Amino acid sequence: MHLAYPAVLAALLFCTGLYGVLARRNAILVLMSVELMLNAVNLNLVAFDVWLRDALHAGQALTLFTIAIAAAEIGIGLAIVLMVYRNRGTSDVDRLRDTAERHEPGPDTPDGRPAPNHQSEVTA
Amino acid sequence: MSDLTPAATTLAAAATGHGFLSPTGVEIAFLLVGLATLGAAVVTVTTKQLVHAALWLVVALGGIAVEYLLLTAEFIAWVQVLIYLGSVVVLLLFGLMLTKAPIGRSPDADSNNRWVALGVALVAAASLVWVVVDAFRTTWIDLDGPAQGSTKVSGEILFQHWVLPFEALSVLLLAALIGAIVLSRRDAVAGPEDHPKGQQR
Repeated sequence: MHLAYPAVLAALLFCTGLYGVLARRNAILVLMSVELMLNAVNLNLVAFDVWLRDALHAGQALTLFTIAIAAAEIGIGLAIVLMVYRNRGTSDVDRLRDTAERHEPGPDTPDGRPAPNHQSEVTA
Repeated sequence: MSDLTPAATTLAAAATGHGFLSPTGVEIAFLLVGLATLGAAVVTVTTKQLVHAALWLVVALGGIAVEYLLLTAEFIAWVQVLIYLGSVVVLLLFGLMLTKAPIGRSPDADSNNRWVALGVALVAAASLVWVVVDAFRTTWIDLDGPAQGSTKVSGEILFQHWVLPFEALSVLLLAALIGAIVLSRRDAVAGPEDHPKGQQR
């Protein structure tokens, strides 16, 4: 089998997941897209392991480890999402802006306003 | 053939007349399953119905399991079916239900920067595909011989060479389990102070 087939499929799946992570609003849909990206990486690992005929089969072992870590990640991620939903009543990632830099919308925000905040954060 | 290095195998394969325009049966099957997988993945990230996204994710992950089978990695294919299709998708569906996701179409499933995201994804896809195709233009996988990912082979390598990372992984899974329990407890603040009293009682 030509090696380009699994490599190209993995690249396209990874970019599909990348689009999902950037474009989705619900946190659980973002987690689904992360799963797609992880699966693309797994496909690459398996394909290159079969190609290189590694004696230790490092690619397949790493794939199993990645699957287990992805399962742990999805459990922790869903626990965090459920806690955020319980506290905030929403699971939309673009409404969780507490740690974003403040720039209030409107014409009355001068350009110099974020600078003192930033400086006080630096000096603190 | 199997005692040659991969580069020598590649040269021999290139010399014996592999080509882009003469695909083998395995390649055709891989291509068809790959198209189905990619289509399901695209529907997963674009559909407006949240539950349908999880169900299309099942199709995509199952397609990847079939690709593992075509690459002769049997054990990983069944692990994929068991863990991803069996538990991860069910967890995601539980999460959708517990956050009261709307069942019908939800028009605000995509955020406002989806066109930026589309541009980033297209640029990344174009550059990655170009680099990968250019790098592996004359590389063939030799799928003949015994299966390289059978359960026997996987068990031997996992419990001979990779046993220490395997044990570390079990510790990580335990930590994740405890972390999920701590995160989802409702009285997480009052917990540590009451604990010694609870033991005395």
